[in-house]
Amino acid sequence: MAKLHVSTTINGEPMEFLCEPHESMLDLLRGVLGLTGSKEGCGSGDCGACSITLDDRLVCSCLMLAAEAEGKSIATIEGMAQGERLHPLQQKFLEMAALQCGICTPGVLIAAKSLLERNPDPTESEVRYWLAGNLCRCTGYDKIVRAVLETAAEMRESA
Amino acid sequence: MTDIRYLAPRTLEEAVGAFAAAAGAARILAGGTDLLVQMRAGSARPGMIIDIKQISEMTSIEETADGGFRIGAAVSGAVMAEHPRFGQVWPGVLEAVNLIGSTQVQGRASAGGNLCNGSPAGDSVPAMIAAGAVVTIQGPNGRRQIPVEAVPAGPGRTTLTPGEILVSFTLPPRPKGSGDAYLRMIPRTEMDIAVVGVGVSLTLENGTVTAARVGLGAVAPTVLLVAGAANALIGSKLDDAAVEAAAAACRAACRPIDDKRGTIVYRIKVAGVLLKRATAIAADRAGKV
Ligand SMILES: Cc1cc2nc3c(=O)[nH]c(=O)nc-3n(C[C@H](O)[C@H](O)[C@H](O)COP(=O)(O)OP(=O)(O)OC[C@H]3O[C@@H](n4cnc5c(N)ncnc54)[C@H](O)[C@@H]3O)c2cc1C
Ligand code: FES
Ligand code: FES
Repeated sequence: MAKLHVSTTINGEPMEFLCEPHESMLDLLRGVLGLTGSKEGCGSGDCGACSITLDDRLVCSCLMLAAEAEGKSIATIEGMAQGERLHPLQQKFLEMAALQCGICTPGVLIAAKSLLERNPDPTESEVRYWLAGNLCRCTGYDKIVRAVLETAAEMRESA
Repeated sequence: MTDIRYLAPRTLEEAVGAFAAAAGAARILAGGTDLLVQMRAGSARPGMIIDIKQISEMTSIEETADGGFRIGAAVSGAVMAEHPRFGQVWPGVLEAVNLIGSTQVQGRASAGGNLCNGSPAGDSVPAMIAAGAVVTIQGPNGRRQIPVEAVPAGPGRTTLTPGEILVSFTLPPRPKGSGDAYLRMIPRTEMDIAVVGVGVSLTLENGTVTAARVGLGAVAPTVLLVAGAANALIGSKLDDAAVEAAAAACRAACRPIDDKRGTIVYRIKVAGVLLKRATAIAADRAGKV
């Protein structure tokens, strides 16, 4: 089977890989590239655990072909912290215990970061609607929503 | 898995050529939010995937000289929402498109994919029908234009012939005093499939309806244009009798299925209720233009 050669950018680094034509971006990230931060909860677009950004647009990596990464820029959870310095959202999730098992957390963080980049001052219902595609089996969402709102408030103050 | 190919042509001619040559073995890829789910479930097994998102005509929104809009078939819901003018002119179409899935799904899902997937419950379809949108289709024998309501042929089927690709939607210019709205009924508040969906578009002159169109989804094998409902509204001042007559026309058009989301009786009743509510919202928006 002919593999496709893809040149892309992942977390700011130029990257080349070979993929099968039908391979999902999620399988490519987790398998070939060993970036296992993005999770597979469903493989069908329902849970958001596989969330990444593609040219700054939030998408499910399970519903994207790896081949589609050609010439694009991808951001995954592995690129969220700056070295040892956590992103304010990551820090706040730890402080406020906005996670339990943690399976949904990478997707939630990527989605929340994308929200705050577009809307630094979201209302609670804007946060809930934006994150409606990120399912969490553990927290009951309240802690997640509060951590996002709290981070937004702190980021506005320090901006 | 047999050999499968992925193509991302830069021109429509190339895409149509490859699609026609593959003779039924190929599938068009827009946002992939239906296609990739179907491939994973094994219900779609394409030998070739033709990604149309490198073709600029497919991914752009243009305001036409006469004040209408041309929306590329592969434009995502998120991109439509970010357009500075589209949502002001066609708020009902935009709210219908933006109801499709989560933020993540919105980043990819297109109105073209929603229509070509052929689901009777596709949310953008009743609103596009109400808007009087026309699709441009290109195939091996050239281009043609048909109204949106002529595209669905049954669950999962369209009237597109082999090798034909949906290129764009054209929405007509909007006369003063026009408004549109889309409402759907779902058992949850987000992330679910419509039990009933109603799109209404109308134009008011001194309080009298001079033009109206109604699209009805999820209650028949295809999304429907309900001319009877529009005719009941046209010429009226949206008095109770006229709106009830339009609701009755919607109920009469229903040929729904019974399933876990809604019984036949429930779907029919809700079709009338949503027609009334969507009409009120469209009229309110028309008054504000
Ligand atoms: C989690 C989730 C939630 C969803 N929620 C909703 C919802 O609330 N409401 C709703 O209506 N839908 C929903 N959907 C279904 C889906 O997102 C929509 O139908 C979407 O509009 C499909 O668009 P797409 O661009 O992703 O299509 P694709 O998956 O790329 O294509 C869909 C089909 O159309 C064909 N096709 C696409 N473009 C063309 C073209 N230009 N010419 C010819 N054929 C073409 C493809 O070959 C394929 O068969 C949901 C899906 C998911 C995964
Ligand atoms: S794994 Fe992609 S949405 Fe669940
Ligand atoms: S913390 Fe377990 S799924 Fe969210």
